[in-house]
Amino acid sequence: MTHLAELPSWAALLTALLLLLGAALALIGSFGLLRFGSFYERIHAPTLGSTLGIGFVLIASMLFFSVLQSRPVLHEVLITVLMVVTTPITLMLLARAALYRDRTEGNDDVPPST
Amino acid sequence: MITTILIWSILIAQILLVLAMGCAVVRIFRGPRAQDRVVGLDALYVNATMLLLIFGIRTTSTLYFEAALIIALLGFVSTAAIAKFLMRGEVIE
Amino acid sequence: MTRWLPFPLLTATLLAVWLILNESVSPGAVILGGVLSIAAVRMLMPLEPPEGRFRRPLAALTLTLVVLGDIVRSNNAVARIILRPGIRNRTSGFVRIPLDLRAPYGLAALACIITATPGTIWVEYDSAGNTVLLHILDLVDERVWIETIKERYEKRLIEVFE
Repeated sequence: MTHLAELPSWAALLTALLLLLGAALALIGSFGLLRFGSFYERIHAPTLGSTLGIGFVLIASMLFFSVLQSRPVLHEVLITVLMVVTTPITLMLLARAALYRDRTEGNDDVPPST
Repeated sequence: MITTILIWSILIAQILLVLAMGCAVVRIFRGPRAQDRVVGLDALYVNATMLLLIFGIRTTSTLYFEAALIIALLGFVSTAAIAKFLMRGEVIE
Repeated sequence: MTRWLPFPLLTATLLAVWLILNESVSPGAVILGGVLSIAAVRMLMPLEPPEGRFRRPLAALTLTLVVLGDIVRSNNAVARIILRPGIRNRTSGFVRIPLDLRAPYGLAALACIITATPGTIWVEYDSAGNTVLLHILDLVDERVWIETIKERYEKRLIEVFE
């Protein structure tokens, strides 16, 4: 905890706010996993954490290290790009797999294939 | 004073994320079907990435960044592979 | 040019990733990164990625801003839905949307945009009829969603990729 005190107060407050917002969004998203009743509703829940939730945490991290080391630290952009590209792919693959399984099992609540 | 606020916010954010991971783990165990468990896994690794980034801020070390990057990468690859497996019964066709 | 640098944009992106990861722009890092990214793109060529075009960077920038704004708004909306007590009396369902966009990279971008926005997810694309199946969490009126997606995203994507 030695270096935390060297941070100017505006940066510290902003970092704290962004971290709390990001973590709260992630918690709401994961809580949604428990609350929704069906698979196709549940799959919407983690997007909360993986878009804005992790976005806030990454901005906080970038701000914190850039101010602390007095130089732009852009590492976190890589995780941002990775998340932006990968989350839609995993969710899409999952939704397609679930739809395929539901169709082969003959569940009525999914639309038929064209 | 401000530093105290920052330290407490970091702690609270970490607790919130651990609760979020707990929710994801409950979903992994409860299912009911395989795809529900995989959605839980997806949420779990995103939350783990965030938790590692916050650990990095807490210890003011950029070492955690690499770990977060690796978790994000491996999480993506494993979820994609499992989704593929659910659809076809094989990972590589 | 096309033989040595088949995908200039992709090569430049890979080089940028390398430089950010190394956190330096020294000549050594630039040369090594350049060689690696050119080699990586050439190794991609046997997979025969489809040809694409990318025009109007300004329209792409507007689209990015629009999408960012939408992500913030729908995060808020979905968070409200999760925290509201009566979670069961709300309709969610599938919508099939006819598309005009045909460019493969444009479709990929549209899929990423729709899935990254909380509350909507891209489920299945039918290339014969050029329609897409979406699942929407808060489905009030199908036509509103079809119009939103066509007006907000598809029109701009056609400008950029076709």
